[in-house]
Amino acid sequence: MIKVSGWSLIRFYTILVYIFMFAPIAVVIVLSFNPQQFGCFPMEGFSLRWFFKLAHNEPILTAFKNSLILGSLTALFSTTIGILAAMAFVRYDFPGKNTLNTLLLTPIMIPEVILGVALLLFIRWLQQPKTFVLLVIGHVVLTLPYVLLIVQARLGGIKREYEEAAQSLGANSFQTFIEVTLPLLTPAILAGMLFSFTISFDDITATLFWATAQSQTVPVKIFGMLRNSISPEINALGTVMIILTIGTPLLAGYLSRKFSKGN
Amino acid sequence: MRNKLWKPAALLAPATTAVFFLLVIPVAFIVVYSFWLRAPSGADIPAFQFGNYAKFFADFFYPSVLLRTIRVSFESVALCLVMGYIPAYFFYRSTTKHKAILLLLIMLPFWISFIIRTMSWINILGDTGLINHFLIQIGLLSTPIGMLYNEGAVLMGLIQYLLPFMILNIYVSLEGIDKSLLEAARSMGCTEWQAFKEVTLPLSLPGVSAGSLLVFVLTAGTYLPPMILGGPGNDMIANLIFKRVIGTLDWPFGSAISVVLLTLLVLIVWTYNRYMGINQIFKSLQ
Repeated sequence: MIKVSGWSLIRFYTILVYIFMFAPIAVVIVLSFNPQQFGCFPMEGFSLRWFFKLAHNEPILTAFKNSLILGSLTALFSTTIGILAAMAFVRYDFPGKNTLNTLLLTPIMIPEVILGVALLLFIRWLQQPKTFVLLVIGHVVLTLPYVLLIVQARLGGIKREYEEAAQSLGANSFQTFIEVTLPLLTPAILAGMLFSFTISFDDITATLFWATAQSQTVPVKIFGMLRNSISPEINALGTVMIILTIGTPLLAGYLSRKFSKGN
Repeated sequence: MRNKLWKPAALLAPATTAVFFLLVIPVAFIVVYSFWLRAPSGADIPAFQFGNYAKFFADFFYPSVLLRTIRVSFESVALCLVMGYIPAYFFYRSTTKHKAILLLLIMLPFWISFIIRTMSWINILGDTGLINHFLIQIGLLSTPIGMLYNEGAVLMGLIQYLLPFMILNIYVSLEGIDKSLLEAARSMGCTEWQAFKEVTLPLSLPGVSAGSLLVFVLTAGTYLPPMILGGPGNDMIANLIFKRVIGTLDWPFGSAISVVLLTLLVLIVWTYNRYMGINQIFKSLQ
């Protein structure tokens, strides 16, 4: 009897924690459909008016474009660099391997504020202007450790025998990589790209240091809008962001499952 | 030997170059800059003097922000532990089919922008937010009570951001416990509670401490929740850095504050590593 009620208490507590985690996010989505002038309760019906208003807001559309380009470039560079490094760590032995691996993972352990200040200071010392390029290189450093962890884990799971078989059949190491390793790595590469895209698309802490008026991203735009007060437009923008960043991995997961079933 | 080394060296070159030039050198630069002088005109003058640090510890203001940062970080660790252990234990013991979905849900916030998660609390705690609206509707209140712009609101934002890290760390270490140990304890006459207290809890401590370190470090380095959900009295050390660097453009002093924050975190991580070992952190990240 006591055991049963103990377990149901644990379950009840877990449900409460879930409510705590998700209620605020759910409220953002609900309020974005509120036609009322101010971003608050009560709900007075259902309308898409704030989404239409967003679609005609030129600065926000520019920010969206910036964010998409930034995320894509970050994903491309960071995944490419990450795969090369992971190959070295998993497939080769060399002195100082562990030290280097730890060095490449340090961006996770250093607070983003410090990364933000550090890179900005460096750019200033080099007397370079703050541009979009700064955002791209900054985001590559931010996302590289995650890509490295994902690709390294997957690469460790691919048997060396496949590569050795290809090489014993006369393939050189570049051919082996293209024909054997790369196809086997595809899920990890996609996961790495998705992950780095989302981190870049969502990032605010370091980005706020690096962004300029010309290179604003969506989170930076939201931050600027919050200065006034919370408006239904912010909630609508938040809803679009949530749908994009949650929808993409869910869709990718669904598609990959569908494809693997097809095989 | 040289023949064998050039390949990994070439593969590692881009990543190492990027991290070295965009992280190691810039962070070293912060340290150098923190000794520089700021001219009244706003220009930075290369120097080696401790004026910026002296300024930080000169009066009570800056050290009190440092102390507040440490206090809030401990509070957020404590709250994440209280709110995170039971759900992690639930995932570990639950036999429900939906366990994978429940775990996926806990990771979902990682995919939502920090700024959205932080500002979402304004909709809940604000004067026209969910709680005030509800309490006024049912007649408990006539005028809204102010729940925003205090330390409580900041902690709400922080916990919502950090709780998944804590839950996942604890869950990973719980999953690693050999279940036959529990059966052995039970067969020797332990009650469920005793078995938990004597076997499960001690064996889950690596996850608890790894989660705590992560939550502490992430709290101490954040400025967004205090900026958006806190009042003027809730600034943490990262807020000072932001204000100096972006606001008043006082680079040398901003750098000195950054060095103080880095020193605090290095001390914490070093102490942790000495007693616990740092590898647990990376285990849960994978």
